[in-house]
Amino acid sequence: MIYEYLHIFTFIALSILLVFVTLLVQRFLAPRFTNKMKSSTYECAEEPVGPAWINFNARFYIIALIFIIFDVEIAFMFPVATSFLSWVQQGKGLIAFIEIFLFAFVLFIGLIYVWAKKDLEWKKEIT
Amino acid sequence: MNNIAITLHNFIIENFGIDINLSLAISYFLIALIFWSFLGVIGGLLTFLERRVAGRIQSRIGPNRVGPQGIFQMLADGIKLVLKEDLIPALADKPLFRMAPYLCVIGVFSALVVIPFSSDIVVADLNVGVLYALAITTMVVMGILMGSWASNNKWSLLGGLRSAAQIVSYEIPAALSVLSIVLITGSLSMQDIIRAQGAWPHQWFFFHNPGTFVAFFIFFTSALAENNRVPFDIPEAESELVAGYNTEYSGMRFSFFFLAEFANVFIISSLAVIFFFGGWQIPHFLISENHIITNIIMIANFLFKTFVFIFIVLWLRWTLPRLRVDQLMTMCWKYLIPISFICLCITASFVLFFGGKSMIAVFIGRITQ
Repeated sequence: MIYEYLHIFTFIALSILLVFVTLLVQRFLAPRFTNKMKSSTYECAEEPVGPAWINFNARFYIIALIFIIFDVEIAFMFPVATSFLSWVQQGKGLIAFIEIFLFAFVLFIGLIYVWAKKDLEWKKEIT
Repeated sequence: MNNIAITLHNFIIENFGIDINLSLAISYFLIALIFWSFLGVIGGLLTFLERRVAGRIQSRIGPNRVGPQGIFQMLADGIKLVLKEDLIPALADKPLFRMAPYLCVIGVFSALVVIPFSSDIVVADLNVGVLYALAITTMVVMGILMGSWASNNKWSLLGGLRSAAQIVSYEIPAALSVLSIVLITGSLSMQDIIRAQGAWPHQWFFFHNPGTFVAFFIFFTSALAENNRVPFDIPEAESELVAGYNTEYSGMRFSFFFLAEFANVFIISSLAVIFFFGGWQIPHFLISENHIITNIIMIANFLFKTFVFIFIVLWLRWTLPRLRVDQLMTMCWKYLIPISFICLCITASFVLFFGGKSMIAVFIGRITQ
């Protein structure tokens, strides 16, 4: 099995190598006449107004928080889903089903709560 | 011939008589190189194919000058892009700016490790294949976010933030719809999932039960969104954000983002085929004594199905208008996630009551009783 995982590392190493080699080839082939105007930041031919590293209202902050919870939940669901069939064959299916359902349902209530709080809306009226 | 690396390893040892470790390293490297260049060619081919399909849909001709029917257009584009000046903005964060294309390429090309092309030809049939494929393709969002932030450009920043929110959100319905497949097979290995299906449409998981039927559409929609394809291409919406996250990229760096995107189209289409449409499965009468011929038929079958989905992806681009950012998030959180939960429950109850038998098998069983 460990040899199977070695494939992943070979693929990653080869990806890095090939991208690097191509960029190296380009370095020798491509023209390099940089000047100040060329290397300035593109802003539709205007002079750039300040940097882009600013505080920015991303609007998805709460969504990012919910995502983490849901992603962890999915990580928990994968092993359960993998062994669900064998539990059914052993006759323990109904209990497992109810347990999984309750687990997912609690999170689903969380989603409904966020929904009702209007955190999924683009425009949120702060009261 | 379950592991092509070992087959190749034995072949090298028998014919060249070199050290075992060296030959193992060579065989691993060769396999990675072959599959990598295969996906690279597919990615290049898709850039050409997309323009051809777009041309036909819009009553134009599209690129047809380089080679027969313009098939070598991708080579011409590649040469052009290598000869382009590689600009890095003076105000950019240079290490991050350089690192971003690497992450995108790694994320897409490493996903190929678990894609089975036939019953024998798969780089590594990992026992966590599904989880691996879902996880490693998310590396692309890191690359996109890194590139967009490092560009120090407002268009890039907007594109990158949109991309992050979108890919992160659509990860959930994609994973939930794949979970219903895992419930039926009870395995995370790609080969096991394909072996649980059959060659004929009624044996595919697409028609397994109403839950998986809907799950396929959810999976395909979310996969499109994760790949930033139209109608979910708001991160690089050219009519509002110039070019989105790759505004400041030029030359080969730009083309790596592009190559990764098109290679990802192949990956998501093949995942859809593997999970819902039987993968490489061929009917029994096509399985011949000759191992190689059987494998070739399997690969042809798999690639044919995959290209049908690739065509649908390309077709959608010229059919559907782009969604707005808030519509996109609404669609994910208010529609796709609840529906995929319901699909999961339907599939789980199907497995519970009928022991993993498909809807059609149960129906036929009832009639013949």
